[in-house]
Amino acid sequence: MLDIIISILILIGAGFTFVGSLGLARLKDFYTRLHGPTKATTLGVGSLLIASALYFSHTGPGISLHEVLITLFLFITAPVSAHLLAKAALHLRLHSQAPVPEEDKVGNRD
Amino acid sequence: MSRLLPHPLLSLALTGFWLLLVNQFSLGQLVLGLILGWLIPLFTRSFWPEQVRIRHPLTLLRFIAVVLWDILIANLTVARLILGRPAKLSPAFIEVPLALETDLAIGLLANTICLTPGTVSAQLTSDRKTLLVHALNTDDPEGLVATIKRRYEAPLKEVFES
Repeated sequence: MLDIIISILILIGAGFTFVGSLGLARLKDFYTRLHGPTKATTLGVGSLLIASALYFSHTGPGISLHEVLITLFLFITAPVSAHLLAKAALHLRLHSQAPVPEEDKVGNRD
Repeated sequence: MSRLLPHPLLSLALTGFWLLLVNQFSLGQLVLGLILGWLIPLFTRSFWPEQVRIRHPLTLLRFIAVVLWDILIANLTVARLILGRPAKLSPAFIEVPLALETDLAIGLLANTICLTPGTVSAQLTSDRKTLLVHALNTDDPEGLVATIKRRYEAPLKEVFES
């Protein structure tokens, strides 16, 4: 029974991670591409880690919870890197499907 | 009290981190974790200028539950959009006027926006009054701004700034 749950979680995780990377190939501009890896992968990696916690709690000596730390660090770092990438893209004025707001809002001073 | 224990919440969090890192619970590890949780904030005091105060813990818990649920929805939404027809997306930059003032609250809001449905925070204006957000697919920018303000900003304001 537990094996089935773990397998399903791993499949879901792999599926979402794949969709996230597929987004990089399918979406049209830099800003929309940012959405794929930052979102689809949080759930993907999340379910992989839940599967890992279940498996090692079941087979190991005690409850395995250090996967929670990985999830926590992922949830803290993924948005920060997405934010910085978006900021850098605005600064470099990369091509965007959406109209980019005026210069003073973006904060370009050159 | 404040000299010896400058950041009680940070100390508790560090103790929790230590127990998760060693991945086992025993009295010895708990004591070691408490010592680390006490010493680390003491030595890094100059990096934490403001003291974090959580006013309404229940609101914070409800906020975390809402965000976790939204992350789940965000993943499904973004997956559907990617697998659908990317050419039909209508991305937009929207401006969210901020009512928050402290660094921590603004940072948490920007982080939350990045984690939730089809939005990435892109820039905080230099006057710290507006957050520029990129939305993957939106037909109703004003509605999205209203949702962000009601769903995420209001609870953060209540917890950290009231």
